[in-house]
Amino acid sequence: MMALLAELGRFVLDRLARLGRANLFLLQLLRALSFLFGRPGLLVKQLHAVGVRSLPIILVSGLFVGMVLALQGYANLVDFGATSSLGTVVALSLIRELGPVLTALLYAGRAGSALTAEIGLMRATEQLASMQMMAVDPFPRVLAPRFLAGCIAVPLLTGIFTATGILGGYLVAVVQLGVDGGSFWAQMQAKVQLFADVGNGVIIKSAVFGLVANWIALFEGYQAEPTSEGVSLATTRTVVDTSLAVLGLDFLLTALMFGVW
Amino acid sequence: MKQKNLELAVGLFVALGLAAFFILALKVSDLTSLGDDKGYRVTAHFENIGGLKARAPVTLGGVRIGRVIGISLDPQSYEAVVTMSIDPKYNQLPTDSSASILTSGLLGEQYVGLEPGGMDDTLKDGGTIKLTQSALVLEKLIGRVFTNMASGDSTPPKTP
Repeated sequence: MMALLAELGRFVLDRLARLGRANLFLLQLLRALSFLFGRPGLLVKQLHAVGVRSLPIILVSGLFVGMVLALQGYANLVDFGATSSLGTVVALSLIRELGPVLTALLYAGRAGSALTAEIGLMRATEQLASMQMMAVDPFPRVLAPRFLAGCIAVPLLTGIFTATGILGGYLVAVVQLGVDGGSFWAQMQAKVQLFADVGNGVIIKSAVFGLVANWIALFEGYQAEPTSEGVSLATTRTVVDTSLAVLGLDFLLTALMFGVW
Repeated sequence: MKQKNLELAVGLFVALGLAAFFILALKVSDLTSLGDDKGYRVTAHFENIGGLKARAPVTLGGVRIGRVIGISLDPQSYEAVVTMSIDPKYNQLPTDSSASILTSGLLGEQYVGLEPGGMDDTLKDGGTIKLTQSALVLEKLIGRVFTNMASGDSTPPKTP
């Protein structure tokens, strides 16, 4: 019984220590960001790696999610003769929830895991240690560009995902199923509010998700055990932890958005 | 050259992202609704337009012939002024055509339905449809039914 309690205590303390380390890591990252003003080239390279290379999956997923939403919405709304509300249904679900959340999840799988593996491997092959030995701080040089690039890329990717999704919805609803195009846009414009929906959903949520996703990915890579198993474990943990964090934070942010708390 | 391609790709990515936000702001949300109509304009005054929205369809015999491009209030008569843009293909509408605000289905959106009249003159750009019928406001109808029931009147309520 005592051993069990001690085990629980150790688990909690371990978690707390890890959380503390993660927070210190974030502080160091933020402090290192100013270095990038002098070296924008580093940022451009990382933006290409995490942003441009994530575009195909974001574009394709966005298009299909929008198309499925329109199809599902149509199948249900047609019973009430309210198919003209399809625009609202597609746009609001994409802008408020699916756009930010799915983009963050896809980003974690596509770019976050790659970041963790890269940093973890740098550690395993002692590249970070050798940098430190040459008095080069890896934070501004290696970690900060990746962090900032990710934080810029996620909101942009979310915007692209959402716009593509709405386009997909339009294609299915108007072109394929024959919903009136004018009322598709009119109902959407009547219900979607720029600041309450686009501002909170696409911009604030995606900025928070981007920060969390990159923070977790880099921290896991930095903390990874320098073995092949350690790196693979860290990569898995990045995807799992980011997904859980994004879904949890989504609930919190939605509750704040609707003013529940 | 490699660096140049990289920068080009990143530039395109950022431009695409910003364009997406631009679309979300201008096309999807309530910021603006830019019309792309080439039709001629016709106005109609209604006592009550219910839930009619700009860009709602204008139909004749169930066929869409134009859309609502503006809704305003006449400051003198306190009537709603609905401006419609009618496709130039349908330029043979008689001047005594009538417009009513209808609802598609029970929960559907509201639209303007036109009924052609019998005069030889046709509606021109800037013309006005004189004969109009307001939207049926469900709350008012229900209220009337309840008032009739409360006063013990068993005859069905007259529709406006």
